[in-house]
Amino acid sequence: MLDLRQYASLGAALKDALDRWPNETCLIEADRDREKVRLTYSDFKEMSRPLCRALQDADFKAGDRAAIIMTNQSKWLISAYSIFFCGGVLIPLDFKLSATEHLQLLAHSKARFLVVEYYLWRAITQAPDFANLAAQIVLVTEAPPGADLRGAYRWEEFKRKGEPQFVARQREDTACIVYSSGTGGRPKGCVLTHDSYLEQCAALTAWYPFSPGVRYLSILPTNHAIDFMVGFIGPFVCGACVVHLRTLRPEFVRDAFVRYRITYVSLVPMVLKNLERGLRAKFDELKPGKRWMLDRLIGLNKMLTRSRPRVAISRRLLPDVHKAFGGELRALIVGGAFTDPSTLQFFYDLGIPVTCGYGLTEACTAVTLNDLKPFRADTVGKPLPGSEVRILNPDGDGIGEVAVRSRAVMSHYLDDPELTAQTIVEGWLLTGDLGRFDPKGREHLQLFGRKKNMIVTAGGKNIYPEDIESAFEGSPVKEYCVFAANYLWPQKALGNEMLVLVVRLEQNQQFDDKLGDEIMTRNRRLPDFKRVGGYLVWDKDFPRTASLKIKRGELAAEIGTGAARASVVEI
Amino acid sequence: MAAPTIDHTLDEVLNLAASHFKVPREKLTPDADFFKTLGIDSLQALDLLTRLEQHFRIELPDYELQGVSDFRTLANRIQSRL
Repeated sequence: MLDLRQYASLGAALKDALDRWPNETCLIEADRDREKVRLTYSDFKEMSRPLCRALQDADFKAGDRAAIIMTNQSKWLISAYSIFFCGGVLIPLDFKLSATEHLQLLAHSKARFLVVEYYLWRAITQAPDFANLAAQIVLVTEAPPGADLRGAYRWEEFKRKGEPQFVARQREDTACIVYSSGTGGRPKGCVLTHDSYLEQCAALTAWYPFSPGVRYLSILPTNHAIDFMVGFIGPFVCGACVVHLRTLRPEFVRDAFVRYRITYVSLVPMVLKNLERGLRAKFDELKPGKRWMLDRLIGLNKMLTRSRPRVAISRRLLPDVHKAFGGELRALIVGGAFTDPSTLQFFYDLGIPVTCGYGLTEACTAVTLNDLKPFRADTVGKPLPGSEVRILNPDGDGIGEVAVRSRAVMSHYLDDPELTAQTIVEGWLLTGDLGRFDPKGREHLQLFGRKKNMIVTAGGKNIYPEDIESAFEGSPVKEYCVFAANYLWPQKALGNEMLVLVVRLEQNQQFDDKLGDEIMTRNRRLPDFKRVGGYLVWDKDFPRTASLKIKRGELAAEIGTGAARASVVEI
Repeated sequence: MAAPTIDHTLDEVLNLAASHFKVPREKLTPDADFFKTLGIDSLQALDLLTRLEQHFRIELPDYELQGVSDFRTLANRIQSRL
């Protein structure tokens, strides 16, 4: 792999990577069982060159901001590389947001350029506030012939002849602005420097070095911190290959493991759980004799891998299981949300190590990671090289707020010095997560819940109640507020996360079916992962500030002591 | 052959969903939230999509399901490709 200490920017490192492994395959893109794209590092360079030149001819300069809204595919990476090559700042936006949310974040980020897939662009142009779009140049990929692009350019035709000029950046310059949340409320644009990414990448590859021949299956959205690092920067600086699938149906994902002999993949807990369910169902279908044999072999594998993974032995002991994953899988990487330890253990016992970690966008990608020496299902691993982790104000059990200090931590929230000052205190990032160091050995971090009012879904989405409250605006009640249930009733454990709508009724108002239907209808307008899971009728007026804002902390404390979690009516 | 009507497509979608996830057909209504009524997550919804594709002999890109959570909208998306 490249020695990242030598590089001042992501653009410089990636540029060298393209020259270092010209004949290695860097990208494969498949749609169902059809392979659409296969590029070597040299092909990748050739494809990006005319785009870089065209960007420069369009006056794209060092420090200019360019947003990408795309699903995982080759043009995502080619566009991102070209932006870095030209010295730009990349703003990777979540393609699953609504068009209105895209427009809000494009406005907040002040992106001058936008690269977007056609179907997403079509939705943006139909949004009521489309006229406010400030991006000057929009490149649309895969637009059908004759489509009205509303002034945008076709990505495929946006090319110029001639050699583009590489634009050098310094370590302290901004590489990316990544939104960790905040579309409806307060946008949280994490400003991450080239130093953050290069340091983080060096730390991750120190523990999990990729190399030519490694094939990484990119399933998490590339705009997500994990895939951006592990499915783009990491593989590229190591000469490895990234596989993109345009269709993430479980059966095509399963085929891809075998067809491309995948070595690593990152998953969110929801997908891991789904794989577990599938395997358990298959095991249950086995005839008693075969099942007995399988259980014995799993037991033997457990014994042999107690101190460390022995993938070669596990593949021999349990060939059918490993063949279903392509036969060359070295580890599953899981993160983004709480993972049930029993799921992690299930895969490890089959000889498929699962690397569980903990991270947040504000800290670039990961803070801690399991090094599998030995495997631990009950922790989120050890701090990565270069990351310091402290537990603030620990209670009697050693549990307190997790604070992080490292060069990978963001420099600030975009245009929000107040929030930055609350979040980064004396150089320490306050994560809002509660944890402790494992009493045995004190090396591994264990998480126990959240101090902050938010939830993380099993799909790895951060949902802040403030961001969804507008969905209930105008509800026929006196007042309402949304909370994370675990914020109201801290449970010193992760999991069971849900949002609760707290309503205060008018005097003499009853909670009747009509109101219930109204709440259900409004809730259903939200994407499924953002919906509230229940409601609670509260019988006191909400405490408010002089400017009539709800004092959320005070109200949460009142509800937490005055009502039981069991009084939440699930919907 | 003329394309089936939207009502016919909707009916077939409901029948297929009921049999695929083993839910009584009468429990499913066109405007019901299929995540909730079928008790499925987004990955299982993709499974349903595959089943529907095979039945109607069409290809639906994943993004066609984005933001769709009721049977009627799903049937409309299918209808537009028949």
